[in-house]
Amino acid sequence: MWKIIHKFGSPPWFFRFATKAVQWLLPLMLIALAVGCVWGLLYAPPDFRQGNSYRIIFIHVPAAVVALAGYYVMAFAGLVSLVWKIKMADVAMRAVAPVGAALTFVALVTGAIWGKPTWGAWWVWDARITSMLILLFLYVGVVALFEAYENPEVAAKACAVLSLVGTVNIPIIYKSVDWWYSLHQPASIKFTGESAIDASMLYPLLVNIGAFYLLFAVVVMMNMRATLLETHTNAAWLREAVD
Amino acid sequence: MHPKRKQRLTLALAIVVLSSTAIGLVAYALRGNINLFYPPADVVAGLAPVDRAIRVGGMVVEGSIQRSSTDLTTTFQVTDYSGVVTVSYTGILPDLFAEGEGVVASGTLQSDGSLLASEILAKHDENYMPPEVAEALEAQRTSGYDTSMIREDAGAS
Repeated sequence: MWKIIHKFGSPPWFFRFATKAVQWLLPLMLIALAVGCVWGLLYAPPDFRQGNSYRIIFIHVPAAVVALAGYYVMAFAGLVSLVWKIKMADVAMRAVAPVGAALTFVALVTGAIWGKPTWGAWWVWDARITSMLILLFLYVGVVALFEAYENPEVAAKACAVLSLVGTVNIPIIYKSVDWWYSLHQPASIKFTGESAIDASMLYPLLVNIGAFYLLFAVVVMMNMRATLLETHTNAAWLREAVD
Repeated sequence: MHPKRKQRLTLALAIVVLSSTAIGLVAYALRGNINLFYPPADVVAGLAPVDRAIRVGGMVVEGSIQRSSTDLTTTFQVTDYSGVVTVSYTGILPDLFAEGEGVVASGTLQSDGSLLASEILAKHDENYMPPEVAEALEAQRTSGYDTSMIREDAGAS
């Protein structure tokens, strides 16, 4: 068990692992994304009230779900970096931040596009939407903080603290629609009990959520490989791995 | 575990717990401001300020929508099933605005307890289903069948 965990801390091992993993996960992700999108956008039935405009859910919800889950990945990497001082954890934290920011941005933009025809407004200062905007700022803040320091170790420490402090926002985003009166409706997919979304719409949505998780994993690993290429340019193992 | 690492782990967990507590307390203290709208019951009870921009949210009462024949003014009632507020609004309503559906109206409360709205937002619920399923559910509801029985029957067959 510990052996496997230790391997992830080794740049040469991780570089080879990520190369292999991306090779397998990238096609799988493309297939899942294609299946989910075609199924959701063409074959799933229209909604009884919103008609076809609800179909943006197949992008909006997966992006938002993975943006939230990705924050925990970043915060966990931050914790490992802070406590065990493992370099690969810094690399992981740095790789997650822009991907999470992009997914949060997609969730906010698709939400605005969805909000205009259904609610009647692009933007409302609702608890869910505002806390999601804070998530975007947290991700962008981590990216900016990494760039702000000359010393990468000091940068990693600052970013780890920021991402750990920001974890409080995740349950707030998730529960905001239940704790406060908001315009955003409560969750349709329920972990316990029957979901409030019909099975014919739920299955393509779940496929796309899976596809977005794969997308996240693939892009983060590619990002980490790029960082390793940058920081270990002259390492013998890297020359070997690239050739 | 190495004592130095243990110390750092405690510190990291303390950061998470303390910052969460701090932000949790702030959010709890500001809960009135985080709520997007007042429920009609609070407005009826006089908890909402008069002559200031507020939002009121609830369900549009069935049969309460009255449209003016000369301009775009619409008058309707909003309820949370324990209070009712009359809203009047001049302008174009969102597509999902309908009787029995959720709505958030922003405007100023008049001295007679009605809301003069400047913006109407439709609030929809978390239920998504194909039109046929909605029709079937509606048919069950109006024919007075116990829907839980029907669902069990359908599951068994």
